[in-house]
Amino acid sequence: MDNFEYANPSTVKEALSLLTAGAEVLAGGTDLLSLLKDEVHKPKRLVNIKNIKALGGISKAGNNIRIGATVTLDELASSQLIRAAYPSLVQAALGITSPQIRNMGTVAGDLCQRPRCWYFRSGNGLLNKSLVENGENKYHAIFGTGSAQFVSASSLGPALMALGATVKIAGADGKTKDVPVAQFFKAPSAEGEREIALAANEIVTDILVPAPATKNATYEVRHKQALDWPLATASVALRMSGTKVTSASITLGHVGPTPVRATEAEKMLVGQTITADSAEKAGAAAVAGAKPLSQNAYKVQLAKVAVKRALLTAAGVKAV
Amino acid sequence: MSSSKEKPKDQQPKSAFSRRSWLQGAGVSGSVLTTGLLAEDAQAQTVANVMSGEVEITLDINGKKRSVKVEPRVTLLDALRNRLDMTGAKRVCDRGTCGACTVIVGGKVMYGCSVLAVDVVGKPIQTIEGLAPEGQLHPISKAFVNHDAQQCGYCTPGFIMATKGFLDRNPNPTVEQIDKGLSGNLCRCGTYMGMKAAVLEAAKEIKNG
Repeated sequence: MDNFEYANPSTVKEALSLLTAGAEVLAGGTDLLSLLKDEVHKPKRLVNIKNIKALGGISKAGNNIRIGATVTLDELASSQLIRAAYPSLVQAALGITSPQIRNMGTVAGDLCQRPRCWYFRSGNGLLNKSLVENGENKYHAIFGTGSAQFVSASSLGPALMALGATVKIAGADGKTKDVPVAQFFKAPSAEGEREIALAANEIVTDILVPAPATKNATYEVRHKQALDWPLATASVALRMSGTKVTSASITLGHVGPTPVRATEAEKMLVGQTITADSAEKAGAAAVAGAKPLSQNAYKVQLAKVAVKRALLTAAGVKAV
Repeated sequence: MSSSKEKPKDQQPKSAFSRRSWLQGAGVSGSVLTTGLLAEDAQAQTVANVMSGEVEITLDINGKKRSVKVEPRVTLLDALRNRLDMTGAKRVCDRGTCGACTVIVGGKVMYGCSVLAVDVVGKPIQTIEGLAPEGQLHPISKAFVNHDAQQCGYCTPGFIMATKGFLDRNPNPTVEQIDKGLSGNLCRCGTYMGMKAAVLEAAKEIKNG
């Protein structure tokens, strides 16, 4: 790891002024330190944002719940406010590897972490389509876009997207902007482009989650019970009138370079009751457009089952 | 700033900031802007809370203040092992995956390999060395011995610290909770069955004082 400067601001304004060319934000560090050790990232300066009080805490903000950028995954999963309204977020957070990582990793860090693609992590770029297509691709995308065949590593992203959450970003000019989570993630089309809508001189300050007039759940399929990355996840949020769905939001995680919205499955569920049958059909619709690579067709089935089980969990119907 | 960038990465001079040992004075609050700036150090004022090169920091380890000189890139694990001669926490994967470096920071289990030493200034750090201060084994360590919960032993300090952090939060654990609570540590010898029995016994021992 190359050496770097270390800055320790106590306000967002100060942090932004320290984010000069070649500087990067340091929060939990669980991903960033690995990237530094592997020399995938070589920042000149790290700006630690963990001591900025304004970036912590979970609170009610009007009709929204505000989650501070540096709230740890453990704090998120333990929060009574979150547990009461957003089981989907709790389930997604508890799926993130280990107690140690959840004590260190932050909510914004989960959104901003780099993809796990082994070609990217070994210095071969994020968009090396020929390596992915001709090489080992069992953990890669089944919903790839152009050269972007990696999967977004975020576990909270799909859940926040299904809940209609917004990312609040502070920029160097002192202005803030609200970006819907659905637009925060993007599939880069050129090497060097980021997979999130966050410039190097910007900081995520808060996540705003709208009031949950919904039933919501996340279901994750993983290889091991212990410390492991998800193979596929599905996050759902349902608005109901009695037992009938009035609107559904379904997002798949870890299957594409961004969280993947399953619009066909969403439409199909409107007016329906959630049963094993309707949930299964929604699962099939959610993966209808999948384009698996040579080694990962199995993920299509996993994603399909994840959608079905997330729907059944959200609706409180016993999984079968 | 600009001069330090031109020097070889390992031989950067102590900067103006390290001369003032800002971290010792300011803790982690970043409030160094208000502490004794040198009048002639005009450039430093604009970046007064930036450190580069080696600086002396004070870590609170097992209840004792320990001074150590580190560059910002040094992880807590490497500071413990290479600078402070505390080799209980092990360096195995060095990527936050195996758990052999587990320590407790601010009451929470963390991977020492995945946090910078400069990041934990002012926070209480517990390591395996602190569990047996008088040479008396901690009930968790005793239970690990009783149940043969180690083979090669390399993962053991990490597992014991993970167990300590887990039992502090879950004094009456079920086996299922143990599975989840210790899921951040790996034992390649496969002594998990012995460990589960050890954790249950340790919980009982700790409760009975």
